[in-house]
Amino acid sequence: MLELIVISTLNGILFGMLLFLLSSGLTVIFSMMGVLNFAHASFYMLGAFFGYQLSRWIGFWPALVIAPLLVGMIGMAVERYGLRNTHKHGHVAELLLTFGLAFAIEEIVAMIWGRSPMDYRVPAALDFPAFSVFSTNYPAYKIFMLAVSALVFVVLLIALKRTRVGLVVQAALTHPTMVAHLGHNVGRVFMLVFGVGSALAGLAGVIAGPSLVTQSDMAALLGPILFVVIVFGGLGSLPGAFIASLIIGLVQTFAVALNGSLASMFGPLDPSMGPSVLTDIWNVTIAQIAPILPYLLLVLVLIVRPMGLMGTRET
Amino acid sequence: MTDTATPATNIPTAPRGNNLRFYGMWAIGAIALVVLPLIFSSGGALTSFSLIGISIIFALSYNILLGQTGLLSFGHAVQYGLGGFMAVHLMNAIAAHGWFIPLPLAPLAGGVGGLAFAIVIGWVMTKRAGTVFAMISLGIGELVASSSLILRSVFGGESGITTDRTALPHIFGWSFGPQIQIYYLIAFWLMVSTIAMYALTRTPLGRVCNAVRDNPERVEFIGYDPHVVRYIAFCLSGFFAGIAGGLAAINFEIANSAYLGAAQSGLVLFATFIGGTAYFVGPILGAILVTYLQLGLTSVTSVWQLYFGIIFIAIVMFAPGGIAGIVMMHRPLIRAGTLGTVIPAYLVSLVPTLVLALGVILAIETVAHYAESQGSAFSLFGIPFDTGSPLTWAAAVVLIVVGFLVARITWRRVAEAWDRATTVARERGYLA
Repeated sequence: MLELIVISTLNGILFGMLLFLLSSGLTVIFSMMGVLNFAHASFYMLGAFFGYQLSRWIGFWPALVIAPLLVGMIGMAVERYGLRNTHKHGHVAELLLTFGLAFAIEEIVAMIWGRSPMDYRVPAALDFPAFSVFSTNYPAYKIFMLAVSALVFVVLLIALKRTRVGLVVQAALTHPTMVAHLGHNVGRVFMLVFGVGSALAGLAGVIAGPSLVTQSDMAALLGPILFVVIVFGGLGSLPGAFIASLIIGLVQTFAVALNGSLASMFGPLDPSMGPSVLTDIWNVTIAQIAPILPYLLLVLVLIVRPMGLMGTRET
Repeated sequence: MTDTATPATNIPTAPRGNNLRFYGMWAIGAIALVVLPLIFSSGGALTSFSLIGISIIFALSYNILLGQTGLLSFGHAVQYGLGGFMAVHLMNAIAAHGWFIPLPLAPLAGGVGGLAFAIVIGWVMTKRAGTVFAMISLGIGELVASSSLILRSVFGGESGITTDRTALPHIFGWSFGPQIQIYYLIAFWLMVSTIAMYALTRTPLGRVCNAVRDNPERVEFIGYDPHVVRYIAFCLSGFFAGIAGGLAAINFEIANSAYLGAAQSGLVLFATFIGGTAYFVGPILGAILVTYLQLGLTSVTSVWQLYFGIIFIAIVMFAPGGIAGIVMMHRPLIRAGTLGTVIPAYLVSLVPTLVLALGVILAIETVAHYAESQGSAFSLFGIPFDTGSPLTWAAAVVLIVVGFLVARITWRRVAEAWDRATTVARERGYLA
């Protein structure tokens, strides 16, 4: 039991940090432009596929740098030539544009790489057990993932709070017109932030690809959870996104690891009752309901605290 | 999201001749529904018409949310699917217990199913509009779709629940086995639902919905609660979506978890938006086009969904009013008699635009076939292409680049011609 708790906590924090790599970009983009980027998870998927392809051509380490840069460039192009032109039609049009993009990117990826999972392997240099807890070997690659996520988190924090660019970005979040009056190119700041957010998503894809599955439906699977995270944490709140990422990560990981059901706790129901909704609920294991737990949390939060954990503003 | 204040329907400035034209249009629609299967009586055509009818009801119900109340939902298929399951369960119960409820009433059960779910979940969902509503609808959609796989006794797991529509009591000697009878059943419900939904836009409730879409704050000041208005709109929309789902269940004689899924929700969003959300006919046009494309493209190309995505992106970027919006834009020009100014410019720009589209299609098909098996051959519009030869790739690139550059120039000319035409129309008093 203790073993399960330790391992699941580690995995949960890891998944949470990965979610935060994605949700941080999404949240900053949202608070800046008021656009929820539906294609954000698609950038994550592009990162994974670029990482896979590049690591086959030139190795994992160059891919770790080049793939996020490529994804960031695609993100900037989307902002410059797509969103900026759509802005005049309102937020719904912008949201729909990113929705269409997410749809198209999934189809393009499926067209080029097919719909089956890729053979994206952990690089040889990191393919060894880092340490073992209670007879379970913990892979070094997961520690590497954790380290990269934490590093990005720290760098992002310093860049946002301590540098001049970060100051301009922060100002542009709340007072874009004033920042423009002070002589900064707000359009370029938006493009930059969108690019950095996409690149972070791409980075998450490159490092998550070998550990999770690299497949053309990975964006569609992760995307909704990502939106749960940022609505749960409070739209536009970076600390909220951080806490929500960790919570969702831990909840998901623990749920998958637990195998209990009501039947195993209280014994099976009388078989003479026949199949009904009650027997379905009675026999379902916690692992089976893991995929719907984030959404249940979402509904719960919306009933109890509609603006999310740390959210302040109404949209 | 409130700055696009387009009217949902153009309010008639009623000279009396308009009344006749108004009822005439509905009569033509009804006659077309009756006559169509007599002209195109093949089995394939009947199936297509049935599917189109269902998706028209579904798209119109979606537009109650998106077009009229300004709620962008990514989970509208939930109400559609639950309606389908409700209808299937009712039909099985009727057959099992021998109740005297004929099949034509089954879609109503679907509607009640959609409505019931909307009543339960809608209050929480519609607390806020805009992006938050969009995200919540997405989350609820995922929640229901995943739950449907867990609650096997209700949703039948992966395989779904089947039913037999001919097992219900017959009326007028109709067994509802043949597709033609199902078509007329769908056509009947299509007509009823369309009239009901159109009437809804003309009620005070419909008007308040529009007001909530355009400026919820002012609605609050005049004494309405936008939350309540959104909730009612959500419930009504769920009702009609349920009817569509019930009809789909009757048509396919099965309800499964795919009915509830994200793909179905995405499809209705595509149909409604491509058709145009600002006009009542928009979703009808969109549903016809999208269903037709879906049926037509699947047999032609393996990447038909990609074309869908591209068409959708193009509509969002260049014509957010959808097809109905494009058509309606030209009405004042026709009235003012200045349409002739823009038509030559359109014809000129049509050529490079087609070249560009051709280039894109060639590029996509080449990549798709190359990825399947390298160096394979395929034919496009009767012309054979070899994916292994660099000539094919070069042709695609040249078509795209040249088409794009020339199209950009010609569309600028269109914009100039458009300005001239609208200026004249404005002088003649046909355009505000």
